[in-house]
Amino acid sequence: MTGGRVHRLAEEGRAPIAFHLDGEPASALFGDTVLTAILLVRPHLRRAEFGPEGRAGFCLMGACQDCWVWQENGPRLRACSTELAEGMRLLTSDPEPWGQP
Amino acid sequence: MTVLIVGAGPAGIRAAETLVKAGLRPFIVDEGARAGGQIYRRSPPGFVRSPSKLYGSEARKAVDLHRTFDRMVAAGQVEYRPKSSVMALRDGVAQLVGPDGLTERPYERLVLATGAMDRVLPIAGWQSGGVYTLGAMQIALKAQGVALGQQIVLLGTGPLLTLLASQLLKAGADVRAVLDTSPMRSQVKGGTRMLAARPLATLRGLSMRAGLRRVYHPGVNGLRVDTDVDGPTAVRWRDASGRQHRTKCDAVGMGWHLRAETHLADLAGAQFRWDDDFAQWLPQEDEMGRGGKGLYLAGDGARLLGADGADIAGRLAGIACLQDFGLTAPDPSADLRRMRRMQRFARGMQRAFSWPAQMAAQTPDDTVLCRCEGVTAGELRNTTNWSGPEANRAKSLGRVGMGRCQGRYCQLAGAEIIAAQSGLHPRDVGRLRAQTPVRPVPVDALIND
Repeated sequence: MTGGRVHRLAEEGRAPIAFHLDGEPASALFGDTVLTAILLVRPHLRRAEFGPEGRAGFCLMGACQDCWVWQENGPRLRACSTELAEGMRLLTSDPEPWGQP
Repeated sequence: MTVLIVGAGPAGIRAAETLVKAGLRPFIVDEGARAGGQIYRRSPPGFVRSPSKLYGSEARKAVDLHRTFDRMVAAGQVEYRPKSSVMALRDGVAQLVGPDGLTERPYERLVLATGAMDRVLPIAGWQSGGVYTLGAMQIALKAQGVALGQQIVLLGTGPLLTLLASQLLKAGADVRAVLDTSPMRSQVKGGTRMLAARPLATLRGLSMRAGLRRVYHPGVNGLRVDTDVDGPTAVRWRDASGRQHRTKCDAVGMGWHLRAETHLADLAGAQFRWDDDFAQWLPQEDEMGRGGKGLYLAGDGARLLGADGADIAGRLAGIACLQDFGLTAPDPSADLRRMRRMQRFARGMQRAFSWPAQMAAQTPDDTVLCRCEGVTAGELRNTTNWSGPEANRAKSLGRVGMGRCQGRYCQLAGAEIIAAQSGLHPRDVGRLRAQTPVRPVPVDALIND
């Protein structure tokens, strides 16, 4: 897979919005969720904790809790139900993984 | 007279409307950013597709529901808390988590309109990113205008399978195959009942199905998803005549009709019964939706009748609430009649598109059953051998149902596996008890500064 998982079928006339993904500048459109914004350029939101696979959300309605991602300033976000905001600094891996002081 | 309504889909909104008309001012909590629920989910501001593009034949209903709600909010007739979850209920107090952190809210009566989620069964490879529920694919299309892959395979059964396939194709997505586990003969049998109860809705579904042409395959089994490091690469399946197929794809949508969201009903003290048609535990209620003292249940969280049924159930719950307050209430008899018709339709639909219990019971040992924590079907079978055939014990000892989704996506298939292992019916292996918080809550919301 080259780049993203998600592709747009409609609603492409919205204003752009800038954010950071794993430290690199990225952009999406006003009204995109965090999940849409990340999966436009990546196949996954994060790695699974209990298996080798990547995870990219599952239910998109806040029931499965598969789509949590990290922010540089700490609080985690449920990517499917959080709208992207200008200047967000998102991370697809845990900045402070377990077992590392 | 404080009434707390949880959920702002068709059921919650119609319940609120009924109470408002009688002069009450209900408090509505909803997880969505904008009211409407899942089927009538709204796009964010700045999106331009028309209601008929978003909701098809249901556009008029969707617009009417949204307007009704917006008017009540604008007039201050309801207190509305979006982006908020009820995470616990106890002694007439609800604990909410939302943008303002943790808050408490006392109530006298409670209307639960919590809706439903896709019912899934585990198939090999489903834990991979790029496998979604059918509902997820529909939400992505409606609320974001996106497809969750370039080449999509949809599988499972039920009306959403056909509806979503048709919506994706119309929007220009590449749907490679629609794989229905329900054989044609049961679809015809259940379909006749559906047709008798709601001819128009049934014919609309049939014409949509006809539009799928050769992409659609009934009576499919032997499903598995091939994956590589990026996600799905193909779905393998056997057609009704036993021939093997492999359809290339980079995204999979799956769902076997719906599972009622019942965690809050459980915490509120509802009693549950196993329903053979719907093949799941549903809360007990009377025809009006009374589920206990001061408790009212409406919509897909109680009876899986879809949006039209939820609309009626919401009104009935509102009326029941007014009656119990001793207030003047509208006559429910016409709605009760319509509700019975919805029930006949829904039960026909369950026969047409039934839950493949055998498929779940025979999940291969190495297939991941619990998607949250990667527990396989074989591990649950081993656990059952020493935990005994009781779902809550198997959960404590084997962790199936203990992950972040709190059993929402694994417990029905898990019950089939425990039951088959022990020679029991799934109703006899018990129902997973709901635990607080019913949604994950950040620790800092629970700590008082």
